[in-house]
Amino acid sequence: MLAGIADTQGIDDLIKLLLGEGYVVMGPGVERNVIQKKEITSVGDLPKGYTDTQTPGSYRLERDLSSPELFSWAVGPASFKNSLFPAKQTLFEGKISKGKASITQKEVPSHKTCFFGIRPCEVAGMAVLAKVMTDGAYPDPQAVSVRKNSLVVAVECGRPAENCFCTSFNTGPMADDGCDIIITEITEGNHRFLIRSGSDAGYAILSRLAYKPALPEDVSARDKVIAKSISAISKSIDQENTPALLARNIGSTIWANIANRCLSCGNCTMVCPTCFCASFEHSNGLEEDFSAVRRWDSCFDSAHSYIHGGSVRTSVASKYRQWMTHKLSTWVDQFGEIGCVGCGRCITWCPVGIDITEETAKIAEGESLHK
Amino acid sequence: MGKAKLAVWKFASCDGCQLSILDCEDELLSIAEAVEIANFTEMTRKVTDGPYDISLVEGSVTTANDAQRIVEIRKSSQTVVAIGACATAGGIQALRNYADIDEYLGAVYAHPEYISTLTTSKPISDFIKVDLELRGCPVNKEHLIELVASALAGRKPRIPHFSVCEECKMKGNVCVLVGQKMPCLGPVTSAGCGALCPAVGRGCYGCFGPVKNANTASLATRLKANGTDPDKIRRMFKTFNANTKAFEREFSS
Repeated sequence: MLAGIADTQGIDDLIKLLLGEGYVVMGPGVERNVIQKKEITSVGDLPKGYTDTQTPGSYRLERDLSSPELFSWAVGPASFKNSLFPAKQTLFEGKISKGKASITQKEVPSHKTCFFGIRPCEVAGMAVLAKVMTDGAYPDPQAVSVRKNSLVVAVECGRPAENCFCTSFNTGPMADDGCDIIITEITEGNHRFLIRSGSDAGYAILSRLAYKPALPEDVSARDKVIAKSISAISKSIDQENTPALLARNIGSTIWANIANRCLSCGNCTMVCPTCFCASFEHSNGLEEDFSAVRRWDSCFDSAHSYIHGGSVRTSVASKYRQWMTHKLSTWVDQFGEIGCVGCGRCITWCPVGIDITEETAKIAEGESLHK
Repeated sequence: MGKAKLAVWKFASCDGCQLSILDCEDELLSIAEAVEIANFTEMTRKVTDGPYDISLVEGSVTTANDAQRIVEIRKSSQTVVAIGACATAGGIQALRNYADIDEYLGAVYAHPEYISTLTTSKPISDFIKVDLELRGCPVNKEHLIELVASALAGRKPRIPHFSVCEECKMKGNVCVLVGQKMPCLGPVTSAGCGALCPAVGRGCYGCFGPVKNANTASLATRLKANGTDPDKIRRMFKTFNANTKAFEREFSS
């Protein structure tokens, strides 16, 4: 492992080196008053001085012009899901001419992408989604290509939001598995960045940058950042017991209670970095043309569970239950791990602020009352 | 088999949905190729008698004559499709349903005694069996094209029935309700417009009417908690799709 210390200029050097290596660098930036991922070309594109305030159903971004901090915010609404699994994608299209159909398959992008400034929960979310999309007999070509051609430069979290609960699933605030390079922003003492390699590819890149070697006090300063973040996270879900808890409580009265508030608008599923439901739409046009499109679907749509003449789930209670029990319980049966990474997006971006951690706690509480 | 005969009918409306058909522009010629436009007086004087394979009905029923005419249209049509908020919900003119019609007439007309009207504005489906409804104020021209294309292929048309929020997120818009506390009807409104207003930083006006399972009470509670004036919330629900159960209960209670 290589571990170096860089200043803000050093971050710029890293971005420039990645660009020189042919990577399209997708990193955080500010757009429409939220942290968004976008193509970046220099350290100047990063959200310097921005901090966010997230509460259930609310997001606010503020800027302190005097602050040198580049990464003092938690995740914005858009995850990197769109890279592995685009919101809307034409799979093939074609034309019918003289009774014969000709099909053009859409090419899978093959350029190199660097996911820069990605949070540990995002790295974990991409891994959960990749398991769904690339494991098994029919791997998704786009997801396979993106995974193969991507480099992950993660940033450890120094300022979690109120809705974060990554500590429940060991998906943050420290970065670990699946990262090529790991950055930690240190604000104590001199403002600086600890930059470590997490893979051979990351090592090869860092070895070309003239960073000062990290000293033990830099490493202990980084450990303090992590410890502070861990203690700042107050929400949690009991990873060990929740899958069985939800499986036991399919008939709970909590679902009807949630349905009183739930708008069944599907926002939670759209912002979730692991929700993978898709609708495949085959259609013809007016000119003997046809296409197959895959777009994000949501278990909150009535059409989602529609089979030969009716929808399986028609009530809001059953839809919310489906989403939450899949995420926290049946996902384990299906994929051998939990489907939540604790990023908190579903809490922040729910227009009425329904909190998956609170609802889980209420179910557990209701059960203990009955005992 | 000859080409399918298409008719377009107008009831109480602003003609905006008929204009959406004309707005198909590039595809309009393809539509004219694919079907016989047999009766569409906004487009052509040439009218062919029924029966018709597809009748598109714009507008709401607001007179006794309308109520008779729509029955005749049903009789002469294989398929009836109601297009737009007027035809599917009664439209903006359905605000009369919640007011005194005589007061309205007196305020608008110098000689209200010449006006013969019903006291309500109602959707087409209140009078006849409607095979399909295309929502919106106005309708989305893509839905009109999809309607014709699907009819030609003998398949069901693919019209979205999910919320505006999903359309918004798929487009990469930022939620104005969560991000700015801006009043927005997106979570309870049916998709179809492509999340037009949130894309330019405005809240949704509910042009496509209530989505299935629309929990308007919960949204109204939240808007109020966000600081939106209760009277404004009532007025948000009382527009083009006022005469729908889900929206009505938020301003009439």
